[in-house]
Amino acid sequence: MLFGLRLFPEQASTMAGQVDALLLFLLAVSLFFIGLIFLTVIVFAIRYRRRSEAERPQPIHGSLPLELLWTIIPLGLALVMFGWGAWLYFALNRPPADAMEVFVVAKQWMWKFQHPSGMREINELHVPLGRPVKVTMTSEDAIHSFGVSDFRIKMDVVPGRYTTAWFEATKPGEYRLGCAEYCGTEHAKMVGRVVVMRPEAYEAWLRGAPTGISLAAAGEKVFQQNGCAACHLSAGAGPGPSLAGIFGKPVKLATGQTVTADDAYLRESILDPQAKLVAGYPPIMPSLKGMLGEEQVTQLLAYIKSLAADQKAKAAP
Amino acid sequence: MSTLATARPANYLSVDPGVMSWLLTKDHKRIGILYLVSISVFFLVGAVSAAVIRLSLFTPEGALLHGQAYNKMFSLHGISMIFFFLIPSIPAVLGNFLLPLMIGARDVAFPRLNLLSWYIFVLGGASTLIAATTGGVDTGWTFYTPFSSIYSNTNVTLTAVGVFITGFSSILTGLNFLVTIHKMRAPGLSWSRLPLFVWAHYATSLIMILGTPVVAITLLMVGLERGLGIGLFDPALGGDPILFQHLFWFYSHPAVYIMILPSMGVVSEVIACFSRKRIFGYEFVAGSSLAIAVIGFFVWGHHMFVSGQSVYAGLVFSLLSFLVAIPSGVKVFNWTATLYKGSVAYHAPMLYALGFIGLFTIGGLTGLFLATLGTDVHLTDTYFVVAHFHYIMVGGAITGFMGGLHFWWPKITGWLYPEGWSRAAALLLFVGFNLTFFPQFILGYNGMLRRTYTYPPEFQVLNVMSTAGASILAVGYLIPVIYLLWSLRYGQAAGPNPWGATGLEWTAPSPPPPGNFEKIPVVTEEAYAYSTMETRRA
Repeated sequence: MLFGLRLFPEQASTMAGQVDALLLFLLAVSLFFIGLIFLTVIVFAIRYRRRSEAERPQPIHGSLPLELLWTIIPLGLALVMFGWGAWLYFALNRPPADAMEVFVVAKQWMWKFQHPSGMREINELHVPLGRPVKVTMTSEDAIHSFGVSDFRIKMDVVPGRYTTAWFEATKPGEYRLGCAEYCGTEHAKMVGRVVVMRPEAYEAWLRGAPTGISLAAAGEKVFQQNGCAACHLSAGAGPGPSLAGIFGKPVKLATGQTVTADDAYLRESILDPQAKLVAGYPPIMPSLKGMLGEEQVTQLLAYIKSLAADQKAKAAP
Repeated sequence: MSTLATARPANYLSVDPGVMSWLLTKDHKRIGILYLVSISVFFLVGAVSAAVIRLSLFTPEGALLHGQAYNKMFSLHGISMIFFFLIPSIPAVLGNFLLPLMIGARDVAFPRLNLLSWYIFVLGGASTLIAATTGGVDTGWTFYTPFSSIYSNTNVTLTAVGVFITGFSSILTGLNFLVTIHKMRAPGLSWSRLPLFVWAHYATSLIMILGTPVVAITLLMVGLERGLGIGLFDPALGGDPILFQHLFWFYSHPAVYIMILPSMGVVSEVIACFSRKRIFGYEFVAGSSLAIAVIGFFVWGHHMFVSGQSVYAGLVFSLLSFLVAIPSGVKVFNWTATLYKGSVAYHAPMLYALGFIGLFTIGGLTGLFLATLGTDVHLTDTYFVVAHFHYIMVGGAITGFMGGLHFWWPKITGWLYPEGWSRAAALLLFVGFNLTFFPQFILGYNGMLRRTYTYPPEFQVLNVMSTAGASILAVGYLIPVIYLLWSLRYGQAAGPNPWGATGLEWTAPSPPPPGNFEKIPVVTEEAYAYSTMETRRA
């Protein structure tokens, strides 16, 4: 930074360098073509400037080889850009399996975070260095967008559904989080920061903070308070399907289709139970829409996931 | 001069100067002038709001406007510039004026419909202006749901009604142009002899007819959800917010080509004239307009790479976006090659056209950064996007409009404007434009987000540069207004063909008489037959 002039953003995530490498390639190709066009136009304009009003240049109709040349070469370069960009996009959209998960609920004009430990934060997200972090996000009102430019990531936060993004921070520090999708009056002020801490410091922060109960335990409470347990008995004998070990597994629907019980499916089944009914069960579950906030839904999901983990633990020995 | 004016033969301006005769005119040339006056009002609104935005961004805290006031200002800027200036600019003004003249017709196919489309435009524009002056709107020109349909407490419905109404003006103009080009060409004017301006308007008209109904119905849906609570986009009502984006961009991406294709048509005419050469690769330049119009309908999803849509959808839209870039590149290469061994004169229209090539090249190439999936994630919704589309829409479309206005001004008014001033203004526009928008690429790459009235202090230097550039740009727009109006009173008579250009419009007197031609011309040669012009004159 020189006299308040900033030319390059920080590279603070594992993906930042890769995005910049591709940007550099695009810049090089662009500069080549900009140079080529500007130079040719200037040279032609000067060299062939009109010297007398009587000039009548010979017509040139065109040239098929040239047309092919300036179609095929740019097309080839474009395909390289496309392939490289697509590869990177898939990497940006596929969180590593061992990523630590954080739930994000956005609303006009703030960011709310819930850690698996149950820790909650507003407009500030503490994460450990060198560990992939997956954010699962939804909005309580308009569309927002979770953008951390020093990590080169951005993903819209959409009401009524989950979107995800991930990053692995590579430098301790504080990084600006901005809402990138226009969302109303104080859109400009919907900013927060991602605080990247060394693992020891992060552990100390986790211990030092006044944590309540874990996300899954909070979810169990919601599960009990709303009477879910009455039907979804863990043994599977109730009128609803058992939820033990269900997360991430295929579910056969009444329509004959099979879907995976992921965050999106479970969220939908809580808020709109009849949308994708499990085969063999009557459509009797009431919707919890309006009764549960987005944060409680994420707590329920954490609880259901913990049931899956219990199942694995039982299966292991 | 005034004696000269009265001595001129009867033309479309002098034939019946009463106000009512203008308001009830069916002459395509007068309708073009009516559009010129009305879009100038919106250009002024859009330009003043842009100036206020740039002044406010002089300091990181926002020097003038905060919160909703700022949001209303950028919404006003976008809505008036896009829907009420850029989209109608070249087609409705120059297209209306020139298409019949260029194809050797006396008018468009449906003159009454043409007048109706102007009235519809005025009605839509008035609704939007009323919405703006009675509280304004804060949704941006994109009207994203559910913000626009549920959460905004501003004049969304009336604004949307204005845009909805204006859409019909666009549809009718497109329809009129298509029929005119198909049915009313002079004898001998085959498709392969059509001026590239006409080809560009043919492609543009296709987009107007096929795309505009979609945005009309989409805005209607926003109104239904907002007014009647019918759940279409808001998930709380059972709707899908992303559906809006698909529908909106299905029109609004092709709309970019409504803005740029006519400009490309202007540039082709101007470059041919001031190099005295046939356009290199005429067939490829004409064909590329159609290719852009067709492929342009299948790239809308590139506005939604971070919307949460499927990554595979992103893959398809990215690939198609690269494909649509190729025909634009073909045009640039062919224009450049046209200069080769030409006889290049640097009159103002040519300076604008050469400026267009440079700015459009930068705008087009930076578009590749956004078509590339992995880099778009970082750059989208930042000032990089703002810079990119201003290079296309201002650097491209408006520079082309200015070039066209300067090229045909002598034909439209019969008067010449001062050479020196006009060249200076074209250069000033180029310099001011680059100073305004180039820093925004760097701002965007560094993460300055769009539509924010405050920004981190480390971005101030580049923002100050941008604001300084905008003031130069403003002068670049102001000077032509002054000397063009000046020319109406003090300019020299232009004569039918001041540039020595080919094209049927230059065979008619300047300004043309009501029916354009004494006798419908017969075309015996291709467009841009500059090499045979002298012998024909002699």
